[in-house]
Amino acid sequence: MNSFLSIEKLTQRFPDGAGGELTVFDDASFGVEKGEFVVILGHSGCGKSTIMNILAGLAEPTSGVVKMDGELVRGPSLDRGVVFQNYSLLPWLTTLKNVTFGVQARYPDWSKAKVIAHATEFLAMVGLEGDVIHRKPSQLSGGMRQRVSIARAFANHPKLLLLDEPFGALDALTRGTIQDELLKIWGQMEQTVFMITHDIDEAILLADRILLMTNGPFARVAESVEITIPRPRNRTEIIEHPNYYAIRNHLVQFLGKRSKELSGHPSTPGETNRPTPVRIDKTIPADDPEDQQPALRVVNS
Amino acid sequence: MATLSENKRAALLSILLLLAGLFVWEMSIPAQKAAGELTEYELLTGGGQPKAGVPPPSQVLAKAWEQLSDPFYDAGPNDKGIGIQIGYSIYRVLTGYLLAALIAIPLGFLIGMSSVAYKALNPFIQVLRPISPLAWMPLALFIIQDSEASAIFVIFICSIWPMLINTAFGVAAVREDWVNVARTHELGPIKTAFTVILPAAAPTIVTGMRISIGIAWLVIVAAEMLVGGTGIGYYVWNEWNNLDLTSVIFSILMIGVVGMLLDAAFGFLQRRVTYIE
Repeated sequence: MNSFLSIEKLTQRFPDGAGGELTVFDDASFGVEKGEFVVILGHSGCGKSTIMNILAGLAEPTSGVVKMDGELVRGPSLDRGVVFQNYSLLPWLTTLKNVTFGVQARYPDWSKAKVIAHATEFLAMVGLEGDVIHRKPSQLSGGMRQRVSIARAFANHPKLLLLDEPFGALDALTRGTIQDELLKIWGQMEQTVFMITHDIDEAILLADRILLMTNGPFARVAESVEITIPRPRNRTEIIEHPNYYAIRNHLVQFLGKRSKELSGHPSTPGETNRPTPVRIDKTIPADDPEDQQPALRVVNS
Repeated sequence: MATLSENKRAALLSILLLLAGLFVWEMSIPAQKAAGELTEYELLTGGGQPKAGVPPPSQVLAKAWEQLSDPFYDAGPNDKGIGIQIGYSIYRVLTGYLLAALIAIPLGFLIGMSSVAYKALNPFIQVLRPISPLAWMPLALFIIQDSEASAIFVIFICSIWPMLINTAFGVAAVREDWVNVARTHELGPIKTAFTVILPAAAPTIVTGMRISIGIAWLVIVAAEMLVGGTGIGYYVWNEWNNLDLTSVIFSILMIGVVGMLLDAAFGFLQRRVTYIE
């Protein structure tokens, strides 16, 4: 398997405070292709954020490797941009300077005017224009702050963009608008995105593929669900698509029941721990889809 | 009254309080009786001599006018203008203070970055910090053998602690997220220190600097009373020896005014670096 981003036998253990060890996830392996939008879905405590930090290079796994473009990931890099849940804007800088901060770090030999023009362009792409860009983050709403954070990440053209529950702190209406902004900007850039969420509808709207994690401890990526809904997608239209509820029910089933049943087992040596690919497509008129998709396990909900 | 803004009403009240205070002060001082009204017995017992007493505010104001209209005159070692005396004090305070800042802020940065250094140095700081700065004076005089430099040393030692502790605390308390932003943007340690940690910790650092300058100004008066020669502290003590209470009260007021201006300067700096999260 030579994916653009490949995660191999990743294990994370923490001391559990009582002298023992707590295995958060064990031998997690999966891959992400170039230009793909992959969402990881799981209950809290299954180590999603830990995986994110390892991919960003902010944390070290106990064992296992992460390779991007064939190279080992060691420490943080400008090739992997991160959008944090709590925005992580620098509060003493204006909106514009928060973005130029990133652009300057990425392109140190650009002229000041070019850096500003580039930053302004990306702020405009997420709908921030005019006086707003000279305000401090404290003068912006939560939604606007997260837009700035997204603009800062996209403006750097990272090879991989990591989104750590970017809409977790936003109200449902704002979340919808920014999801649209994100889809729009992603559509223009062909950016590879890896995102964490625990919102099922958000995952279906945005993702090419959803990775499902079992509960911790000994969490693992159990399934990789392909989202068989064509793009461009629109929140009001995708629910009409025949596949929407089939996929959604499958995800709900997994998170509600199977994530518990599958959890808590250390991996046995020699067992392949790659996620099982799942493809649900009701638009194919056959009664028995297994004939047409022999390589994939089909789950009928 | 209701049409005036809150600030205007407060200013009006301040002026009224000042006038009332000055009036009570002026009235409470018994006037010297004229020689003609005294009985022979009173004259014989020295009642006609001018009596030393707390001067009324009118005399203090007259003194202030006289001194402030020519603040930089120099008529020998014991007779210099108030401007020269305050100038000496400010020079000593700023020299000792800047030396302390040069050491406290970089050292505080290092202590704040490393929790081992923080824990290792904390006991020393906790023991040295509560020592009254003037207690260092004899040791300083013996080692440095120069009263001028000893006064500066005393300022140095009293202003170093708040800056050191606040810098270390401010740097240690910088949010992990902001440091992660620096890390994901591949900023080196020096660049991270200047573009992320310094602005993030600046409000706490400047608060420490403001506390320090206040303490330094308190201490310089006492230090100059001890070392003598020049400075506002020496001036107060010298005028006390001259029994010139008018000058003593005037210089007390000047100490207050200069202290307020120093504090206001750091208050301004503090507002410049403060950010809202």
